Amino acid sequence: MSDELKKLASVLHAATPEPDDTARKAAIAAAQKSFAQIQGSAKPARPIPEAPKKSAAFWRGLKDMIAQINLKPALYITSCLVVAGAAFVTYQPWGSGGPVVPDVLVQDEMPVVEMAEQSTAAADVRVKIAKPVVGDTKKRKDSIQNQPVAGLTRSSETNVAGQQMRKQAFAPSAPPMMKSEGQALGGFVGAIAPQDYDIIQPAPSLEGGDQFAGEPENPVKTTAESPVSTFSIDVDTASYSYIRNAIMDGHLPDADAVRIEEMVNYFPYDYTAPDISEAPFSTAVSVIQTPWNNDTQLVHIAIQGAKPALDSRPPLNLVFLIDTSGSMQDRNKLPLLKQSFRLLLSELRPTDQVAIVTYAGSAGVVLEPTNASDRKTILASLNRLSAGGSTAGQAGLQQAYALAEQMGSEGEIGRVLLATDGDFNVGISDPDALKKFVEKKRDSGIYLSVFGFGQGNYRDDMMQVLAQNGNGTAAYIDTLAEAQKVLVDQVSGALFPIANDVKIQVEFNPALIAEYRLIGYETRALRREDFNNDKVDAGEIGAGHSVTALYEITPVGSPALRNDALRYAKQAPAALIKVGEMGFVKLRYKNPGEAVSKLLEMPIIQGERIITPEANFAAAIAGFGQLLKGSDYTGAWTLADAATLAQDNKGEDRFGYRAEAIRLMQLAKSLR
Amino acid sequence: MKMMQSDEFLVTRAQGGDAEAFGTLVARHYDLVFRLGFRMLGNKSEAQDLAQDVCAGLAGKLAGFRGDAKFTTWLYRITINAAKDRLRKRTTRQKAQEGWGEVEAMSREATAQYKAQLQWLHQAMATLSDDLRETVALVLGEDQTHAQAAAALGVSEGTISWRMSEVKKNLRAVAQAEERTP
Repeated sequence: MSDELKKLASVLHAATPEPDDTARKAAIAAAQKSFAQIQGSAKPARPIPEAPKKSAAFWRGLKDMIAQINLKPALYITSCLVVAGAAFVTYQPWGSGGPVVPDVLVQDEMPVVEMAEQSTAAADVRVKIAKPVVGDTKKRKDSIQNQPVAGLTRSSETNVAGQQMRKQAFAPSAPPMMKSEGQALGGFVGAIAPQDYDIIQPAPSLEGGDQFAGEPENPVKTTAESPVSTFSIDVDTASYSYIRNAIMDGHLPDADAVRIEEMVNYFPYDYTAPDISEAPFSTAVSVIQTPWNNDTQLVHIAIQGAKPALDSRPPLNLVFLIDTSGSMQDRNKLPLLKQSFRLLLSELRPTDQVAIVTYAGSAGVVLEPTNASDRKTILASLNRLSAGGSTAGQAGLQQAYALAEQMGSEGEIGRVLLATDGDFNVGISDPDALKKFVEKKRDSGIYLSVFGFGQGNYRDDMMQVLAQNGNGTAAYIDTLAEAQKVLVDQVSGALFPIANDVKIQVEFNPALIAEYRLIGYETRALRREDFNNDKVDAGEIGAGHSVTALYEITPVGSPALRNDALRYAKQAPAALIKVGEMGFVKLRYKNPGEAVSKLLEMPIIQGERIITPEANFAAAIAGFGQLLKGSDYTGAWTLADAATLAQDNKGEDRFGYRAEAIRLMQLAKSLR
Repeated sequence: MKMMQSDEFLVTRAQGGDAEAFGTLVARHYDLVFRLGFRMLGNKSEAQDLAQDVCAGLAGKLAGFRGDAKFTTWLYRITINAAKDRLRKRTTRQKAQEGWGEVEAMSREATAQYKAQLQWLHQAMATLSDDLRETVALVLGEDQTHAQAAAALGVSEGTISWRMSEVKKNLRAVAQAEERTP
């Protein structure tokens, strides 16, 4: 061989990096999954227990302190951060190969807002928001605000039916765990301990794989044959982030990765807020024209959690409790943390106060309570933080709480923000004692939020315990975009669930509606009887969150019908035809801390079409998702149509999420 | 201790529906797919994506493997085709991904000499056409003989030899260009 070729061979070998273990595991799992699918053995008995398939792997991963989350999007996180952060993030094709977040704080006064905008396009995000333990929940009154379309009735009917069946045969309640993977705005992780999941998991030989369920699209149902549709709400949004990353990366996402409900629910909607004194969330049902089919309509079900009052929020006293142990020096830890808190700082008001306490390495109070308006001082102390040292902290947590107590005065909110990569040696080593301590402080009005950085020895279980008991959130921050979403949530309101186990059941009237199809929610399907079974878990709604569900309905006699009418179908009572009742929506939820569900009911009334931009935007996203999925139902409708519809209904779009979606539609068009 | 089972044995088992055999097979060859992908694409995260795609697609493709070539040869072919697909798609990308030829960001710890070598490698790989690059990836990267590479790429052995001489010419051209620009 010639010298040139020898040199090329040797440099080529030297330059080829080792594959990441995470990536390898994810790939192997993806392979096994598709193998299982092809072999026809991947199907679980029913949709819902499928969720633990991914979440159990997720938890186990964390539990084993591998903490590398071996899911496909993890790869996309890597590549996407590079793309989106191009303006300020350098990339190393060699060496570690990972995204590199430089310590931008070196340059003082970097324009934070601009950074945030750029990073909006950036990657997901694996957030875990813990469900706080709400001690005493007020019973809600038995009425709810009047809704745009539906006359709403409500009963406080209780429900204890069918408690037995599920536990033995199936996994306990999947949805809360599912949320753990990507709910950017805040999903809630149920109180079920991870180890519970290990029991029910059949433990395939190689764990931790691809998280996409790849359920086939919900089929069109004939109302006369199966008039009832039941599903759990879903506030997960991971799929949207995944799709965004794929498109930004220049290719269309796998159809299996597209979960329409997660796309639709990624966006904040301007739905009517509930009257908090009456119900924790508002529900509205409207009927709009289907954008992709003139002969069908969409039933738009909108649920809006009570929004925290932003404008009148009391001053915040924030104590950053920062882990500065040696392991924090990785670029995706302390440097990202500094950037993240910088973002947070720009959200604060002059009346807010900030203090910084560190533990491990350089311990102690780094910044005495300082008004948020004094950015210079705060930034300077943030900048001085450096990781080093490996030993236990002083009583870091106590110190932080003491400081928060000292800062607080009547009517203000104290919150300790613990940022760590998993070293929870914060002065109290016994988890139970730690939990009690946090609980006690919560009752005194100081909350605790926990932010995980990096994936080295990230201790999810501990974070959950702390945050749940501290009435706060546990979030995992791996990109600046995620930091923005999570931290802005922190200041924009206490994030806690306002309703648990929210299930929706819709019964369509066969006299008016011949066919219907639930768009998305394939992995959230429930059996009809699950609706009334309070043991069956479902999704949670957090403060300020909204949930949207869409049905495409085909009226009797429409040319869009896919199935021929039944000759011997039973007729609906004439009275119901007369009022134009297309269907009936039932909704069950539990108030946090309660075991018994409450029932809301409302009819879907024909003719009362409230055309809101919000419903149309949701429809545009649902259409976008269907196009990406290669759905049969969208006909001649195109991505351009989706973009136009979304553009026309963009609304205020304060954070630019919708504009980003429109860009994605246009990009996707170019990738076809 | 488990005995090392041959690829061919595992393939047969996997084709018969043995998930464990399939898992073993994929786990065994993931690194190969990744390495080859990297040498084609010049970018780690893309190579990881590629490897995952290839692995995930393997289940479907395996039925079509008739055993008339070595499993690894067949896998090389699949990987190279997938990598070429990616390279084609790259032209439509809004934000150009770094691949061969994009070398500006480099780990700080790297020695000057190593950096220079990488620079040279990037330049060299970037000048190669896809055909030449896949040949380099197999012959130099995977130490395949010309005959083996020919089998994986579905060309004649002579073509491989000719391509390698083209690679040499390219390398000389790169060297000359370097000399001209001090």
